[in-house]
Amino acid sequence: MSRFTGKVALITGAARGQGRSHAVRLAAEGADIIAVDHCQDLGSVPYPLASTADLDETARLVRETGRRVVASVADVRDFAQLSAAVDAGVTELGRLDIVVANAGIFSVGDAVSLSEEAWDDMIDINLTGVWKTAKAAIPHLRTTGDGGSIINIGSTASSRPYVGLPHYVAAKHGVIGLTKALAKELAPEMIRVNAVLPTNVDTDMIQNEATYKLFLPDLEAPTRDDFALPARDLQEMPRSWIEVGDVSAAVLFLASSESRYITGAALPVDLGALLK
Amino acid sequence: MGRMDGKVALITGAARGQGRAHAVRLAQEGADIIAVDSCAQLPSVPYPLATKDDLDETARLVESVGRRVVTAVADVRDPSALREAIDDGVARLGRLDSVIANAGIVTFALGHDMSDELWQDMIDVNLTGVFHTCRAGVPHLMAAGGGSIVLTSSMMGLKAGKNVAHYAASKHGVMGYMKGLARDLAPHKIRVNCVNPGSVGSPMLLNQYVYDSFCPDVSDPGPSDLGEVLGPWQELDIPWVEPEDVTAAVLFLCSDEARYITGIALPVDGGTMLQ
Repeated sequence: MSRFTGKVALITGAARGQGRSHAVRLAAEGADIIAVDHCQDLGSVPYPLASTADLDETARLVRETGRRVVASVADVRDFAQLSAAVDAGVTELGRLDIVVANAGIFSVGDAVSLSEEAWDDMIDINLTGVWKTAKAAIPHLRTTGDGGSIINIGSTASSRPYVGLPHYVAAKHGVIGLTKALAKELAPEMIRVNAVLPTNVDTDMIQNEATYKLFLPDLEAPTRDDFALPARDLQEMPRSWIEVGDVSAAVLFLASSESRYITGAALPVDLGALLK
Repeated sequence: MGRMDGKVALITGAARGQGRAHAVRLAQEGADIIAVDSCAQLPSVPYPLATKDDLDETARLVESVGRRVVTAVADVRDPSALREAIDDGVARLGRLDSVIANAGIVTFALGHDMSDELWQDMIDVNLTGVFHTCRAGVPHLMAAGGGSIVLTSSMMGLKAGKNVAHYAASKHGVMGYMKGLARDLAPHKIRVNCVNPGSVGSPMLLNQYVYDSFCPDVSDPGPSDLGEVLGPWQELDIPWVEPEDVTAAVLFLCSDEARYITGIALPVDGGTMLQ
């Protein structure tokens, strides 16, 4: 099955986790990949972010499928850097059809204890970074002239609040608003814009001590197994988290022509979390 | 390798339109099909409903892609006839994995000025029919150890238009039933979701009653006149979506690709909800 033969896809946050899965799955179905990641830690983020070695591994996995890849270190907060990376990828690969705005961070804190730095980093990356990705990519989608599909990664926190994450909830709600506005703006050119709203995904972004402590503040050294119990209570189906491939399946559906007339939609992949 | 290999899917309203498209595509992806349709006219519905010939044609199309099909003429308003049809289909095909509650009608009238019959037929077919379908199907899904239910709601399950208050009430009702059923069935590994189509180019839309209703100032209106009225409803530059577009969403929700998706509304509407 090759739903993306001849297509080129841009993925931010591609070094590991969901972004890597999207890159490899899209490549496995025929797409060439522009892979972008910041590859640096951030002071406000309480877990290690991806490295250049991670990004290299994504590139290797894409090549292993037989597809081409252009991997760049670029920060979604830096439009000049980001657009240069996108431009370079499109120059080498010839076109752009699919954009997956996936780069995102996670940190915790209530509204009063949260630092301004943590707030700003969250909004800058998880919301403004999505806009900058679109801003860098849209001219290339227009030049390609074959419609196109933008998929923004939101969260169940795009539709409902969680305690201890006001900045994350605000940023992810913002992603929904941006998705709808972009969908309306670009519909006349048959460029579609949709959001995917994952619940807990089993990646480094949630499998870390800071997240464990948010859910289990009374435990001295909470573990993955300890976290599995409260994580499961967030959802209706009896599981604690989904796998990266489950998000990729939704991303690929929205990227493919099977969803040619779906735009402005928010597609939860959430084990029924939003039913609660 | 098909995305529905070894599965059996029940589809109501399967004689034509979206239901037929679902039956044929799921069969192409490997599923055997239980195809149900009332194949009868309703007095309150002023456009022709499907016939037994239509249902036979769906069966022929399913068989032509190499899958098995059991057809039954049964009305979703009649719970015992529907249960009998479903039980019989499962007995003959061996199991049930997906339930696609698609049977539906549309009529137009002012919300404050419609007959009891117009209201009641709408609620009975579009909402209570969905309940009857799920109630009869779920025991078989449980016997299979899990499954997927897709209810056909509508963009009118998320907003409303003029002259369709009863239709919007039925389709909003489907959304509420979907969310409740999704919670009830999550522990049983049965997922329940809605597709919410916008205007779909099926016989429910492409008929003289709809042309006349939407184009009152045009003499002898046809599909292109309707397209001019309905085109602006979408943000994308299309008059309506095709049955196959709804099918793609139904297939995604039925497949293992959506194994952890439950309780959602998936619009297939060309961006109508953005307006």
